[in-house]
Amino acid sequence: MLNHIWLWMIILSILIAGGKDIYNEMTSDSADSEVVTDKNLNETTYLGKITNAVIESAGVAVKLAIGLIGVMALWLGLMKVAEEAGIIKIIARIVRPITRRLFPGIPKDHPAIGAMIMNISANMLGLSNAATPLGLKAMEELDKLNPEKGKATDDMITFLVINTSAITLIPATAIAIRASLGSANPQQIILPSIIAASMATIVGVTTVKIIQFVQNKRKRSQSVKNGGKA
Amino acid sequence: MELFKLIVEWLSILAIPVIILFFLGFGYVKKVKVYEKFVEGAKEGFNVGVKIIPYLVAMLVAIAMFRASGAMEVLTDIVKPITNLIGMPSEVLPMAIMRPLSGSGSLGVMTELMNNFGVDSLIGFISSTMFGSTETTFYVVAVYFGAINVYKTRYAIPAGLLADAAGLITAVLVCRALF
Repeated sequence: MLNHIWLWMIILSILIAGGKDIYNEMTSDSADSEVVTDKNLNETTYLGKITNAVIESAGVAVKLAIGLIGVMALWLGLMKVAEEAGIIKIIARIVRPITRRLFPGIPKDHPAIGAMIMNISANMLGLSNAATPLGLKAMEELDKLNPEKGKATDDMITFLVINTSAITLIPATAIAIRASLGSANPQQIILPSIIAASMATIVGVTTVKIIQFVQNKRKRSQSVKNGGKA
Repeated sequence: MELFKLIVEWLSILAIPVIILFFLGFGYVKKVKVYEKFVEGAKEGFNVGVKIIPYLVAMLVAIAMFRASGAMEVLTDIVKPITNLIGMPSEVLPMAIMRPLSGSGSLGVMTELMNNFGVDSLIGFISSTMFGSTETTFYVVAVYFGAINVYKTRYAIPAGLLADAAGLITAVLVCRALF
């Protein structure tokens, strides 16, 4: 899936940029286009902009990843202590009634559950610096249960969808920008945001559960057929 | 709403110090060698950061190309008739498309929209609600799956985008109803 999305995003970008450049070149009169060639083509053409964007974003990606290392180390260290002390297990036991249904593939008291709950709580409080390391810790634990490395499990996808539609109780960044632009009531978006995010979570979880149900059913009927033949 | 905000703000400030204190304190009581175990766990931090790099480069480069190519305007024109049906002002459509792709990109679009149309206009409300209610799905997929070297993401992106769409549409409907 990602193979196609990724490839087509790149192909379409180049085709659209090229098309726009050709169109602009043809519609501008020849006198103008000579002036344009004097200018920096990197800034005046879409293909030039793409060239800049590719190089710049590759650097940004590395900076982002490196920037994660500090908080990542901090939280992995704290989580290790919590695991040894048995705190993660206690958290997992408390939330078991909910997680049992959401993540049927995870054994009870597994550390993945503790890490996931902490990640979701951090997201709710808007603590993104803590949320990402905790989420990655959860993914690592989920991967220990993964029979086919390199391929996402159902539980991973359920967790990811909950994560991307994360409910934040106070959308701090949006409020801060509203305040800086002189809003009469910057906090007015709190309730609408919570409603919208809840809806996203409900739709996301329902979607993955339907897909998982259909795929498991198909898998089961296939194994029955194979079993019959053998 | 004021009280709710106050409570949540205090919770956010208290959360990390309390967690650190609780984890280490509880570990100490349970006779865990806290410093040793902390360092042991923290060692992994570097590996995770480095592991993510290829996935993040692939994802961010593709998104940057998409943004620079002007494909956004083409996509906006295609989706416009559909979003008009639910009463989404066409001005916020770039915000809706940008949100799952790029955090900094959608932050820029939101700020620009509020500058042009007013913070407390309907467009201002919708764009900031959109920003506050959804995450950048593509970034999360790249980082979370990258950290464990998962490249077969199966239905993660479609499901994530469907959830985003539900959130974005709800943002429009709620804002129209409230403001």
